[in-house]
Amino acid sequence: MSKSLALHLGLIAILIIAGLVLPAYHQGNLARILVLATYAVGYNVLFGYTGLLSLGHAMFFGAGMYGLGLAMQHGGVAALPAFGIGLLAAAALSAVVAVLALRTIGVAFMIVTLMFAQSAFLTVLYFGEWTRGDEGFVLQQATRQIAGLDLTNPLIRYYAALTLFAAALLITARMMQIRFGHILIAIRENEERTTMLGYNTQAHKFAALVISGTLSGAAGAAYALLFGYVGATFTSVQYSIFPLLWVLLGGAGTTIGPLIGTLFMFYLIDYTSGLTNAYLLIVGVVLVLLTLFARAGIMGEVRKRFAPWLP
Amino acid sequence: MSVLQTKGLTKQYAGLTAVSEVSLTVEQGQIHALIGPNGAGKSTLVGMVAGRTEPTSGEVWFEGENVTPLPAHARIRRGMAYTFQITAIYERLTLAANLELALRDRSREKAIAALDRVGLADRADQLAGDLAYGHQRLLEIAMGVAQSPKLLILDEPTQGLAESEIAEFNTLIKSLAGDTTILLIEHNMNVVMELADRITVLETGSVLAEGSPDDIKSNPDVQEAYLGHAEA
Ligand SMILES: Nc1ncnc2c1ncn2[C@@H]1O[C@H](COP(=O)(O)OP(=O)(O)O)[C@@H](O)[C@H]1O
Ligand SMILES: [Mg+2]
Repeated sequence: MSKSLALHLGLIAILIIAGLVLPAYHQGNLARILVLATYAVGYNVLFGYTGLLSLGHAMFFGAGMYGLGLAMQHGGVAALPAFGIGLLAAAALSAVVAVLALRTIGVAFMIVTLMFAQSAFLTVLYFGEWTRGDEGFVLQQATRQIAGLDLTNPLIRYYAALTLFAAALLITARMMQIRFGHILIAIRENEERTTMLGYNTQAHKFAALVISGTLSGAAGAAYALLFGYVGATFTSVQYSIFPLLWVLLGGAGTTIGPLIGTLFMFYLIDYTSGLTNAYLLIVGVVLVLLTLFARAGIMGEVRKRFAPWLP
Repeated sequence: MSVLQTKGLTKQYAGLTAVSEVSLTVEQGQIHALIGPNGAGKSTLVGMVAGRTEPTSGEVWFEGENVTPLPAHARIRRGMAYTFQITAIYERLTLAANLELALRDRSREKAIAALDRVGLADRADQLAGDLAYGHQRLLEIAMGVAQSPKLLILDEPTQGLAESEIAEFNTLIKSLAGDTTILLIEHNMNVVMELADRITVLETGSVLAEGSPDDIKSNPDVQEAYLGHAEA
């Protein structure tokens, strides 16, 4: 077994045990963190590995969330097929956005993705009759189950979140070991060189965006299903910035960085908000310190200093 | 048989004709040098050949096929290889990883063998960005050669190389002679005269002269326009 597989399976094993031993409060937090970390894993595919900075990923998270939520709420679709609808919605949206946004690069790409996400956000508000806009809607408890498993039960919910995260982690880790992943990194490092080595960089960027958007959508759908709420906030610009911060903090272009970053930020806010009302100030200072002294993010620094093999 | 043919290739930038109606034939197995003063349009011309730059008009034929509509990556797949005038390597990746990407094959053995051709095999696990400039240049040449291309395009490969490295470069290119067709942009006239089978002289976007090294050396127009300065 390779070091990298050992690392990932080891991490998953720890998370399996954590579900059994953690007190209810932290178990609930960790379930949420695992779903949000799945979002960050998806974001990392595009930002960390392919080098494309999107400011609009909330639209993909939202596509998954509303794909599932609307299908369940208004279509009476069962949870599992509704999850599939969420994935399809995110995949389709990311394909459309990819075709249009990938005509641009750099700052223009950031702006185009931001505008698309803003349009998605306004679309959610516009169709308030179905989406209930900002207020959102609650998914009925009785419908939130898959194969007889009650996803509102904290323990089952935790393991459902872990299953999702583990799948996203293992898929992306594998992806980065095969040629496809190496080409994504090559694009990040020097796109023109990569084209002139005979790679269709545009097609690879398209694939990266669709994979990234679909994973983000999976997280959005799971979030709605596991926590029972669908609302426009999740498609707002704030939710486009979060995965960027989590990934930067945890280490862009590392497989486990997204989880570390999400975990770190969640507990940083959780802890400091218990201490003071000015907790956002403390969070800001910590972020600035990290960007000054740990540019590559937590796992990025670990890789640089101690473990160059880190995937 | 000709490997490469350009037909009336032209590139205009706003108000400036960088390359004007260039029709060039590069024969199988030859080393064809492209010389001319700075700004003559050499890089623009090979850029259009490789598909980096879209021509304003004209055609590129490669191995008897019109490849003008093909994007750059598809031309590379068909057997062109391109090295940039300004070194373009993966600075944050190891030399071996650079070669694996160039080979489109993740075989470390082949990567090491390709590095060995430019004497960099013992540095396979260093980061490319940590190499001295001359070595980065050699790495890029190795990435071109490693692809076993049918047409190798080299844009001023010896720029910034030390004398000893230039000698190694000459040896490497000679070892490819006969198999690989090479289109070589080069300022160093010693290198050109030593390697080239045929020379095209470009000036302000147009072909000033074409012929064997001896023809070019004795061409009065060329002496006037170019060689005179180079040897001064
Ligand atoms: N992207 C570009 N936009 C505008 N002008 C360009 C561009 N690229 C090259 N040129 C101009 O075209 C001419 C030919 O340039 P180039 O092909 O680089 O010459 P050479 O390689 O022979 O030195 C120069 O005058 C240069 O300034
Ligand atoms: Mg040039």
